[in-house]
Amino acid sequence: MRPSLALLAIVLAPMIAARAETAPRYGLGSPATPAEIAGWNIDVRADGAGLPPGQGSVSEGQAIYATSCAGCHGRAGEGGMADALVGGAGSLATAKPVRTVGSYWPYATTLFDYVRRAMPYNAPQSLTANQTYAVVAYVLRLNRIIPADAVLDAKSLPRVRMPNRAGFRSPDPRPDAP
Amino acid sequence: MIGRRAMLGAGVAAVAGAASQETPARAAATDAPSALPPDIPPSMKAQGAPILSPAYGTPSPFEAGVVRRARVRGRIPTAASSTTPLQDLHGIITPNGLFFERHHAGVPTIDPAQHRLMVHGLVDRPLLFTMDDLMRFPSQTRVHFLECSGNSTFAASPPGATAGDIHGLISCCEWTGVPLATVLAEAGVRRHAAWVLAEGADAAGMTRSIPIAKTLDDALLAYAQNGERLRPEQGYPLRLLLPGYEGNMSVKWLRRLKVGDQPFETREETSKYTDLMPDGAARQFTFVMEAKSVITFPSGGQQLSGRGFYEISGLAWSGRGRITRAEVSTNGGASWRDAALQEPVLPKCLTRFRAPWTWDGAPALLQSRAADETGYVQPSRETLIGVRGLNSGYHDNSIQTWSVQADGSVQNAA
Repeated sequence: MRPSLALLAIVLAPMIAARAETAPRYGLGSPATPAEIAGWNIDVRADGAGLPPGQGSVSEGQAIYATSCAGCHGRAGEGGMADALVGGAGSLATAKPVRTVGSYWPYATTLFDYVRRAMPYNAPQSLTANQTYAVVAYVLRLNRIIPADAVLDAKSLPRVRMPNRAGFRSPDPRPDAP
Repeated sequence: MIGRRAMLGAGVAAVAGAASQETPARAAATDAPSALPPDIPPSMKAQGAPILSPAYGTPSPFEAGVVRRARVRGRIPTAASSTTPLQDLHGIITPNGLFFERHHAGVPTIDPAQHRLMVHGLVDRPLLFTMDDLMRFPSQTRVHFLECSGNSTFAASPPGATAGDIHGLISCCEWTGVPLATVLAEAGVRRHAAWVLAEGADAAGMTRSIPIAKTLDDALLAYAQNGERLRPEQGYPLRLLLPGYEGNMSVKWLRRLKVGDQPFETREETSKYTDLMPDGAARQFTFVMEAKSVITFPSGGQQLSGRGFYEISGLAWSGRGRITRAEVSTNGGASWRDAALQEPVLPKCLTRFRAPWTWDGAPALLQSRAADETGYVQPSRETLIGVRGLNSGYHDNSIQTWSVQADGSVQNAA
């Protein structure tokens, strides 16, 4: 009896220890339900993970842009109170680089993520998924990155190749000076 | 003499008028009796203000000029920053009301009873925490600086710029909170986790991807600063604090942590907070704030009152650990001497340094240079710009030069 108990303890000890490592330590917090997570889980990854169902066209986006975006970003994305969204191609290695969606942003999905969470300025998180796809499509079209008749959805948006996709380096090379 | 007294009296009356309370002592000040020897100071001849004047104490009205300043006149006031007046502060702790601000969509008003922190993604147990839950965990208190990676900027500042104007996007607090590792362990982080998305509950939904190693190292979920709950501008009721990392990653008004196996490539880590190099490629995920220092006295906008003894004083810090050395030069870097480091010298924390100086009345160029425990030495402006150019925007930790003019005025000479 004794030897078998000891054997059992030897066999179980690592399993118990492994379990203890992932077990809650303090029992604080409550389970986040799938519905609660769904309401807050708004991020969109570079590979498109997190993109919602829906779609939007360049032409639909043009109308939304005119009413919700042009006031700050300019009629054609040239900038105003807020950043320029268009232009700057070929400027990054010059003395006066212009960093826009077209010249600088490496992922089209990031534009969806950002518009969805933070735009328009006066009413963040007010656009529907379809409206967000549409306005993203229009801004990409302003930069001549997608065709005028393009329709974007969760499948096509991650496939959009941004001009400056290869323009970023990591990891951090510092210390680099002196 | 009478003229000078009348002038002083007028000044005191103006300050008294600006204060909200009229007390007999202040009213008496309008008669401008002398407080100087051999006269008896009026403050000794009448009762002062009672307790709770006001209930939450504020600085003397004579310090009304010691305030944060808008850094640049932003076109959008809610996506802007304000600087700590470094030149007016002492020691290493930034008072909460002078802590620098950088918001991407203004300061939200958040009822702590309605605030939740969600932890989900690659975890065994997705969890939702109330503020009460978070404050029940074992807590830690540590002193750390927080610096915006856009502090100082490579662009030249005007001669009239102060230390705060140029370098004031840094502050230092005693922070209290629960280690992020403790909270992540409660949810059970899965083996292939590599990055954690931190998201704020502001109108920017501010988001940054944090390497898992940092979250398990010294990251804190902070709910208090300098002994009291966070100020709204600092993320009330809950913020992330990543010691030594660029400030924007210490997401304020923290509402969500999502564990993932790759960076989330948010706007703030792609189109912003990336460092454009002269060849047109940008460095991404440049987290650490490297060793840096600035002389806060004498510094831009200040005035020396004549030749003779002064104590040069300044701040040094490093996101990689402790400061091991601070040197000062009074001849534009031609020669250097060690400054004394004021204890405590803490990792990823401001360190106060001091060096005696006798000003001979001739123009002088004051500089400071910091080194940290990794052996890294703060670079000159020329060296840094030589490597990174003028358009990298973030992470300027180069040496600041103050020019002392023959008339005792001090100007920015960077």
